[in-house]
Amino acid sequence: MTVSTQASPRGWMKKFDAKNYVVYIGFVLVFAFFAVTQTQYFLTPENLANIVIQAAPVTVMAIGMVFVLSAGEIDLSIGSVVALSALAAAVTARETEQWWLAVLVSLAVGLAVGLVNGLFVTLVRLPSFLVTLATMGLVAGLARQLTNLQSVPVTDSTLVTFFGGGELLGLPILVWWTAAAVFVGWVLLQRKRYGAHVLAVGNNASAARVSGIKVNRVRVMVLVGSAMTAAVAGLLYAGRLQGARYTLGEADLMTVIAAAIVGGTSLFGGKGSVVGALIGSLLMSMLNNGLVLAGLSVSQQMVARAIIILIAVSFSLRGKKNQ
Amino acid sequence: MNAPLVPSEVGAPEGSTPQLRLVGLSKHFGGVVAVNRFDLEVAAGEIVALVGDNGAGKSTLVKMISGLYQPSAGEIWLGGKQVSFADASDARRQGVEVVYQDLALVDDQPVYMNMFLGRELVKGPLRLLDRKRMARETQELVDSLDVRIPSAKATIKELSGGQRQGVAICRATHWASNLVLMDEPTAALGVAETAKVEELILRLRERGAAVLVVSHNLDQVFRISDRITVLRRGTQIGTRSTATTSKNEIVSMITGLQHADA
Repeated sequence: MTVSTQASPRGWMKKFDAKNYVVYIGFVLVFAFFAVTQTQYFLTPENLANIVIQAAPVTVMAIGMVFVLSAGEIDLSIGSVVALSALAAAVTARETEQWWLAVLVSLAVGLAVGLVNGLFVTLVRLPSFLVTLATMGLVAGLARQLTNLQSVPVTDSTLVTFFGGGELLGLPILVWWTAAAVFVGWVLLQRKRYGAHVLAVGNNASAARVSGIKVNRVRVMVLVGSAMTAAVAGLLYAGRLQGARYTLGEADLMTVIAAAIVGGTSLFGGKGSVVGALIGSLLMSMLNNGLVLAGLSVSQQMVARAIIILIAVSFSLRGKKNQ
Repeated sequence: MNAPLVPSEVGAPEGSTPQLRLVGLSKHFGGVVAVNRFDLEVAAGEIVALVGDNGAGKSTLVKMISGLYQPSAGEIWLGGKQVSFADASDARRQGVEVVYQDLALVDDQPVYMNMFLGRELVKGPLRLLDRKRMARETQELVDSLDVRIPSAKATIKELSGGQRQGVAICRATHWASNLVLMDEPTAALGVAETAKVEELILRLRERGAAVLVVSHNLDQVFRISDRITVLRRGTQIGTRSTATTSKNEIVSMITGLQHADA
């Protein structure tokens, strides 16, 4: 078949195609822009570490989201899970003074929400968009109910150190959390059968099914995984802010999805990149940081951020369509 | 092995045991008879074509052999053993591979990942994907079947329709221990690509595979098959050796001008 001669230029083009590197190019451009315009603050080691630390919860969730999107689903409930998980952990720590129990309760919140999402998507066969939209409201309501809108301080030193301000080998603990999440996510997606099955389900569910892949199990797994990363993100917020509040995570959904998509994960399934999601998340965090340093008011930041996300996402999605 | 075997259990003497044997296979949906008492044997190194008009019961038959439907009555034998399939994965485990016309491939993944889809090779205590070995074995397989693709590492999306169907057929051949079932394997392809796929199907026969092809295309059936069996309104009209029958006879069997043999 003569196509072998056509395929080499196609492969060549693919290798050097800029649209596969949007996130890296964007990252470098934004970094350079702030480095030049905000020289004295932006490039200090403290500020750069701060960008990674601030990004940590979003990075963890973005990695969960990479799996959900790769499988052709979406999870809108993560923001609410962050709040409920953080509050549940804070209340448990206050009442029992057992840090491990707090962690366990928080993870149980993630597991429960993920299972509810997964069961409705697979057994009742509703689109994940609808199911997680509903659980988003449900869980947000529970979070408000739990403490009657009151915020709860976290004073447990283990929680505050291990999920917040601690250091390990000279690096902030949140950098370690980020690294661990990226490593685990990358291995699962790229090196394990699980990742191959997630991508197959998102790309061609019927092909996956006739190949013996348990499609519904994969769908439940990605939704549980995503809710669990949101629960961990809740712990990271509670630890760093030394307290929990029902508003935690409420602005994160858009940032998480944007980080994943800008990082090269397809909104329509079948393609995902964990490292891309990390860079995407750092890019979002850098934008926040730079906009604050640039002296924009909170409302101006919101507008600027939304515009930048829209531009970034259109670049990465436009590229996908033409492939 | 030396114990005397009851002839009915063996079916046929060693060496000529059919890879697939269907005995009185029937499927009813409520009061509607979709397939009535269908008999067929497919031997290793043989290509049998199943033809019939729309609604003749071809796809019902295919679905029973691939495990998607449970037969209402009758027996399925694979390699001399009577079997039943709980579902499609079960049929695959027992040695029946299906090539679908709509290409059950994952477009964004490389050829080798498709070849091992659902059966990925892993290595080491962490059970990490053995991509190198999958790519190597895939390359050997496509080379041995002379399926020309740029590389086992090429993404399916980069391939033409014929190359994709070639990959799907290679995959089925690789995993089928008893039967390769092809449901309209060239329906989605152009003329040149169809010719390539037919060449490939003929090479499967040389390698000793048992192939059952469902096809609408009578020219194709006459080009590639050894025997032709005809279904009409759920009834098996007859089975003919391709070498001794004619297109006219098959057409009259399909359309009902000629009545059932028995």
